[in-house]
Amino acid sequence: MSLRSPLGQVLGSGSAKDGTGHWWAQRVTAVALLILSGWFLYSLTRLDSFAHAAMLDWAGRPFNSVMLLLLSVTLAWHSALGVQVVLEDYVHGAFIKMVSLLLNRFAHVFLAIVAVVAVLKIALGGA
Amino acid sequence: MNNTSRPLSPHLSIYRWPISMTLSILHRMTGVALSVGLIAFVLWLASIAIGAGSYEVVAGWMDTIIGKLALLGWSFAFFFHLTNGVRHLFWDVGMGFEMRQANASAWLVLVATVLMTAAYWLLIQDSGSLV
Repeated sequence: MSLRSPLGQVLGSGSAKDGTGHWWAQRVTAVALLILSGWFLYSLTRLDSFAHAAMLDWAGRPFNSVMLLLLSVTLAWHSALGVQVVLEDYVHGAFIKMVSLLLNRFAHVFLAIVAVVAVLKIALGGA
Repeated sequence: MNNTSRPLSPHLSIYRWPISMTLSILHRMTGVALSVGLIAFVLWLASIAIGAGSYEVVAGWMDTIIGKLALLGWSFAFFFHLTNGVRHLFWDVGMGFEMRQANASAWLVLVATVLMTAAYWLLIQDSGSLV
């Protein structure tokens, strides 16, 4: 027994049952990535050297560290959303679909955390 | 009621593959390719943090023919996904839906992708020793 009206129960629920959250997050991360990846590619062209010491120095500068953290997390997020849609479209069978969607999430969270730890290690010393 | 001279859908004999369909498929394919590229990006970032030894191993892979082809492919995929993504964002706010506009923006995306990829590689070669 629900006290919500029949209309209230279906509002915002498409066939995916979660409204527009996924679609919107994909757009928000897309716009963020325009800025972040633009910075990344530009920043690479400004480097004098790609030697390890130069990379450490570059990634360790506070502004660059912040941008690399934002870039890594936003990339992983946008990528997870995109691969999710591809899996939903092409993987058939309820069980294998659920497993592949879970693995997609785990893999992307793993990549994001590895990137965050790497940048923090560079930024805060010890690398 | 049997009008046999009536053209049958989907008019396969006069069907022309729309350019937007190619770009739609390419958008997905480049997206998946860039997701694979994300693994390489994280590996590269992690190797910087781990130390000079591991960084040089990763940089060494990037310096091989296969590595350079992969980077070229990823940069092409990136600029395509970026420019076609902007095309999608315009659609999202309701702009550019007319057939002529959509076809024109499709060709614009393809030309811009090639130009941006070429320009970026010229820029980065110019900036110092690659890898």
